[in-house]
Amino acid sequence: MTLLSYPKALNRALADALADDPAVCVLGEDVGAGLAGLTLGLQQRFGADRVVDTPLSEQAFTSAAIGAALVGMRPVIELQIPSLLYLVLEQLANQAHKFSLMTGGQARVPLTVVVPGSGSRSGWAGQHSDHPYSLFAHIGMKTLVPATPGDAYGLLASAIRDDDPVVLFAPAGALAVREDVTAPLVPVPIGRARVHRPGTDVTLVAVGHLVHDALAVAEELAPEISVEVLDPRTLYPLDRAALTASLARTGRLVVADDSNRTSGLAAELLATAAESGRLSAPPLRVTRPDGTVLPFAPALDRALQPSRDALREAVLTAVK
Amino acid sequence: MTLPHLADPAGRYRTMRLIRGFEELALEWVRAGHVVGGTHPYIGQEAVAVGVCAALDPADRITSTHRGHGHVLAKGADPGRLLAELAGRTNGLNRGRGGSMHAADLALGILGANGMVGAGAPIAVGAAWASVRLGEPRVAVSFFGDGALNQGVLLESLNLASIWRAPAVFVCENNGYATTLPASAGVGGSAVGRAAAFGIPAVTVDGMDVEAVRRAAEEAVERARTGGGPSFLECLTYRYEAHHTMERRFKLAYRSAEEVAAWRARDPLTAAAAALPDAAALDAEAARLLEEAAEFALAGPHPDPAGAADHLYATALEGTAG
Ligand SMILES: Cc1ncc(C[n+]2csc(CCOP(=O)(O)OP(=O)(O)O)c2C)c(N)n1
Repeated sequence: MTLLSYPKALNRALADALADDPAVCVLGEDVGAGLAGLTLGLQQRFGADRVVDTPLSEQAFTSAAIGAALVGMRPVIELQIPSLLYLVLEQLANQAHKFSLMTGGQARVPLTVVVPGSGSRSGWAGQHSDHPYSLFAHIGMKTLVPATPGDAYGLLASAIRDDDPVVLFAPAGALAVREDVTAPLVPVPIGRARVHRPGTDVTLVAVGHLVHDALAVAEELAPEISVEVLDPRTLYPLDRAALTASLARTGRLVVADDSNRTSGLAAELLATAAESGRLSAPPLRVTRPDGTVLPFAPALDRALQPSRDALREAVLTAVK
Repeated sequence: MTLPHLADPAGRYRTMRLIRGFEELALEWVRAGHVVGGTHPYIGQEAVAVGVCAALDPADRITSTHRGHGHVLAKGADPGRLLAELAGRTNGLNRGRGGSMHAADLALGILGANGMVGAGAPIAVGAAWASVRLGEPRVAVSFFGDGALNQGVLLESLNLASIWRAPAVFVCENNGYATTLPASAGVGGSAVGRAAAFGIPAVTVDGMDVEAVRRAAEEAVERARTGGGPSFLECLTYRYEAHHTMERRFKLAYRSAEEVAAWRARDPLTAAAAALPDAAALDAEAARLLEEAAEFALAGPHPDPAGAADHLYATALEGTAG
């Protein structure tokens, strides 16, 4: 058995992409040293002009990557913390995402943004604990949140090959996950959900690290309740067909989404479920509260995130 | 190989005349309703676009601004297709998806006019950096106004270009105003001082003199091409018209009639024409090109609303109903 860690999976995807395609490059802060683990050893292997340590200029290096993408490269940028995404909203939402349409299809921007350690890292407080994936799904950028090392490898591989800009969130809560990867690592198509556990009583949709909580809850309740655990993996484009198919089996829905409640991803999933006409009971969502800013103290930090207990309660309520 | 249409003084004058005529026509078309959304007229600043592009090869690249028609035309875009773009037609440069502020022709190295002030600078730096990586060193020029000097991203871009020794040329078109804010009130220190602080050679030139701009640009482009890194050019110029065509409605008074008249007296086209034996013939050529352009643009079909979301992604997505 070979156990692969989540950061190592991302590292391998980057290494394979760099080895396969000379147009791939990596830019970010401290990527040479490999501070976040993703880029460990890559600069030694591929050189400092392909794995580029940037100064602390998120806006400029994000847009420079866009410029490089426009002229034939496939840059990957690493943002050290999720809140940096707000600094580069102009570059991502206003530039990268809009170029293809605004140029009438002349331009493509094969840019990948990787955000390792997204969400709460416990003790990193207000400005380092956001999980803003719903925002990017709303903008319409391809938005990926892998839950497992295998999916992390596969989705990053697909993101780098994709001709559009893609944001990949690597949740802090999933970084410690290890997976047996005796099977070869392969690209995972963007836009395909994954059923982690089949079931017949209720569909539990979970995103990112919450997939592991969902699986634990499903296991715990297994003697009485058959819980299907569905991981969209890519939040935009969303695999609506997989959700509808799952609801055809279960008729009941609980969504676990570690982002803010109003206009968040869970709302979209509930709306999609309602439109599908497959629901036999009111759907439920377990999310962060509206407008959440995570407080510092660990007990307070945890109190605002979807917990395993809250998930279990929601599932029990849904099947009542 | 330099851009053939800008290879000699006659070509440069003809292109300035084409830009002037294009902008006047665009103003008419705004009034006539052929162009919706209005434009940011470039009239008065022609010598900057033409002087800088005269130093470029066809393979070089530019990024432009909300006031971008002059740059786009100087780099060689077809005036008919640009006009069609302003009119939102399918035969426009961007198939009617971009309009005045986003006109692009990637095949000609025009990476787009840009509606966000300062946004083009880091894109040009990235394109310049990538071209070196890809082994085809092409220079990338970023045009921007004095207002962009106060965008943080522009300063970040100067630093990136400097440490990467990117073959980039920063061209600040200082027309004295960021909308209504005078540069004297908006720019602390100086434009060239900012570039110099990042170790980038920077000069100020008379932006009403196309040959002076060209000479300075040639030096900067040469430096970029030979591995000498980025340069910064401040071109002192003036826009004769409103910031945007909508401004007329408000009758804003932020410049004196005397000031406008003083700059008009130094018109870059008048000055360039005086040095040419056959300016009138070149005027006629430009006028003919514009007539053809207008005909081409108006003949273009309006896009089919069924395709309104086309080109949103480079790779088609399934199941994203609106
Ligand atoms: C970042 C940003 N801020 C504000 C605006 C609105 N705006 C458009 S043009 C402009 C003035 C720009 O002045 P300058 O850079 O000097 O260029 P000029 O219009 O003089 O050519 C402003 C404020 C914008 N488009 N982008």
